[in-house]
Amino acid sequence: MDQFLNLTLNGLSSGAVYAALALSLVIIYQATRVVNFAQPALALISVYIAYAVSQATGSYWLGFGAALLTGLVLGAATERLLIRPVHGRSPLSAIIVTLGLLLVLQGLAGMVWSNEPHSFSYPLGFRGRFSASDWFALASVGAVALLLFGLYRLTPLGLRMRAAAFRPEAARLSGVRVGLMLTTGWAIASVIGALAGMLAAPPFIFPNVLDAVFIYAIAAAVVGGLENPFGALVGGVLIGLCLSYVSGYAGPELTTLAALAILVLVLSVRPDGLFSRPTARKV
Amino acid sequence: MAERPILEVEGLTARYGAVTALNGVSMSVARGGICAVLGANGAGKTTLLRTLSGLKRADAGRILLDGADITRIPAERHVHHGLAHVPEGGGVIVELSVEENLRLGGLWRSGRRDRARRMAEVLELFPPLRERVSRPAATLSGGERQMLALGRALMARPRVLLLDEPSLGLAPLVTRQIMHLLLELRAAQDLTVVLVEQNARSALSITDHGFVLNQGEVVMEDSSRRLLADDRMRHAYLGF
Amino acid sequence: MVSLRNHESTGQGEQPRRASAPSAADRWRALPALVRFPLAAAAAFAAVLALTFVTGPTGDLRIGSVGYYMLAIAGLQLLIGYSGQISLGHGAFMFLGAYTMALLVLHQPALPLWLNMLITVVLSCAAGVLVGAATARLHGPYLAGATLALAVGLPSVTVRFPELLGGSNGLAFSTRGAPPALAGVITNTQWQAAAVWLTTLIGLVVLATISAGRLGRRMRALRDDESAAGLAGVPVGRTKVIAFVISAGAGGLAGACQAYLLGTATPSSFTVTLSLSLLAALVLGGLGSMWGAFFGAVALVYVEVWGEDLAHALSLDSNVANNLPIVFFGVLLILVILVWPQGLHGMLRSLAGLVRRGR
Repeated sequence: MDQFLNLTLNGLSSGAVYAALALSLVIIYQATRVVNFAQPALALISVYIAYAVSQATGSYWLGFGAALLTGLVLGAATERLLIRPVHGRSPLSAIIVTLGLLLVLQGLAGMVWSNEPHSFSYPLGFRGRFSASDWFALASVGAVALLLFGLYRLTPLGLRMRAAAFRPEAARLSGVRVGLMLTTGWAIASVIGALAGMLAAPPFIFPNVLDAVFIYAIAAAVVGGLENPFGALVGGVLIGLCLSYVSGYAGPELTTLAALAILVLVLSVRPDGLFSRPTARKV
Repeated sequence: MAERPILEVEGLTARYGAVTALNGVSMSVARGGICAVLGANGAGKTTLLRTLSGLKRADAGRILLDGADITRIPAERHVHHGLAHVPEGGGVIVELSVEENLRLGGLWRSGRRDRARRMAEVLELFPPLRERVSRPAATLSGGERQMLALGRALMARPRVLLLDEPSLGLAPLVTRQIMHLLLELRAAQDLTVVLVEQNARSALSITDHGFVLNQGEVVMEDSSRRLLADDRMRHAYLGF
Repeated sequence: MVSLRNHESTGQGEQPRRASAPSAADRWRALPALVRFPLAAAAAFAAVLALTFVTGPTGDLRIGSVGYYMLAIAGLQLLIGYSGQISLGHGAFMFLGAYTMALLVLHQPALPLWLNMLITVVLSCAAGVLVGAATARLHGPYLAGATLALAVGLPSVTVRFPELLGGSNGLAFSTRGAPPALAGVITNTQWQAAAVWLTTLIGLVVLATISAGRLGRRMRALRDDESAAGLAGVPVGRTKVIAFVISAGAGGLAGACQAYLLGTATPSSFTVTLSLSLLAALVLGGLGSMWGAFFGAVALVYVEVWGEDLAHALSLDSNVANNLPIVFFGVLLILVILVWPQGLHGMLRSLAGLVRRGR
């Protein structure tokens, strides 16, 4: 029983991280119909910047701020420079471009900071059953979800962003600068991705540190339905819990296969994820 | 004294690749008027509206709105100049609620109170929308969607309203309602309407002026009354 | 209407101009596929064999690597370039093939090589049926996500069964080299490279024949417009699964060749990076044509080699040197998509067209 409680709590805190990264994928997918395979690399660079800033200033929180800022800039730049030129081409083009960016950024991180792991600190204390850092992960992801909900549902910016994502032409006719909205979406998503990176990376950072987390996040986003932010949150927590139980009761090496199993199971029942709206595909 | 027309188009040309959709179209629309753009399928009616509102790039020619050249400005700036475009099918964003659709139309204007007042006015014009204001737009009927599209355009307080086939796919009764609404709007809102219609008879019955497009060129222009009476023209271009 | 036109033929639009006097190229194209592809393969095999006589053991290894990568990429070409399904998990099938080969050599040493290859193909196809059937209803990013999870998840089974699969160290074994009768004529590495290329070419002939035939046309119809293809009578689900199975078989066979060539099968050679590199090579070579697989495979092997040479020549820092190939690959990938979406093959074909017109 005690182990079950431990696993549940662990699952929740790691699920929060998957949810955050999944959320960043979903926001981008909603805005531009692109699965951003470079998301872990954008987050990775943000985390390395945080590492560098923390080393230079001795303050974890300055580094934290720098990571979020880096995410913002990288996300906006990626949309402007790489995604917009392939807009309207086959979906494969965008996937390839983001994969290319993934390789470039991971390689650059290795060039600058070497492929060897560096120790990287937790935001708060990390000892004990449900540590302060676990709480921080859960609380910050919860706060992000609430902020996003407020942004999308209650502010004019959110309305513009949704309109630009759903019907770009109608949005333009209503005076919305669609390109700017898409860039904003990418920037916001990458900030959330950077947050997820900061939560997922400790205790060590190396160029491939976020790969596994990214796989779980993709699984979470796909399980929840790529077009639904709420689905990403639920998917993240679901994957977090399932993987925690699998890892605790059956062995940690089975977690990725378990993620795959969940993915296939959910998608075989609902091919567009749990929370997708049933829409007719274009003929 | 003749007032300057609110919308002037000079030699407007637009191409899709090698296909010329508009070939030197010139027209002028009087302030407060309601004019029809008629023609067969593929005559260039929709392209004309898309070029006027900046969705399609003009390859040659000029568009003047109240004397200001708006030929090269991007589509999203047109609402600032007082030109609104309701595209074919309305372009209602079905993923948003009725209220959000309307709010979107007025978003570019500053002043929250002004926007709220405008929203009340628009809902006043369309009672069916007022009853469904918080529903998703996807739940509306075809006629209600057309109303919502019109309402969203009106939220921007346009001086010129471009309407692309508002009667498409609607029952005759609903079409008549929409047409009457347009007449009321023109009277109440100091609005100039450019109406593209396949259904020439119903369009000419409410408009005061008509342009007939054929293969990207204006082949005839006259008062609606005379166009309705001209048998030769009706047979040649309008098919009734 | 669905276009069932063979995309291979798009570059031949200018042919009728010279219809009066058919050139050698025209007569070659007029041969039936069942004759043409084996002939081309035989010529390629002779060329590769000849090449191994001028290269050393390292060169042989690289030539062999080009071979099995080409096979894997060609399988992926059939899946992505022809049937339009995006798989990011093809490394998983190579993993499966490599371990099957390793286990067969270790536990059934009496079996001949060709039988091992055959067993591998059958097993990988079976795995392809499983995965293909499970993912047949998925499309676009959903399929990409699921296959990506497969590529990451599968290699971790080695840690689960360390006695059988050797844990994270993998399995090492030695294969028989050249038969004694040929000792002194060709070296062991030459023999291995030749064996890999023979397998690859047989696989390619099969793939090319399939993609030139009815199944290939169905796949392309599917890629261009799934709904329309379905309405035109293409069995959508079955065609998708078949494409997946065939490409899984090619992937598995490529993995078996890799294991045979290197004498090892380790989980660390089948990371996500491998799957992504295969996709990258495919795009780099050019989608929609089997030639793309060749250019992609050459790029995959030699970018790494040249990267190492360059780093050595410039005496770069080891951090920079280690990461140079993947950065270069990434940049190339982005550039190809932004500047030349038809890939190297399309680029060469356009250049050839320019030259021909210039004459």
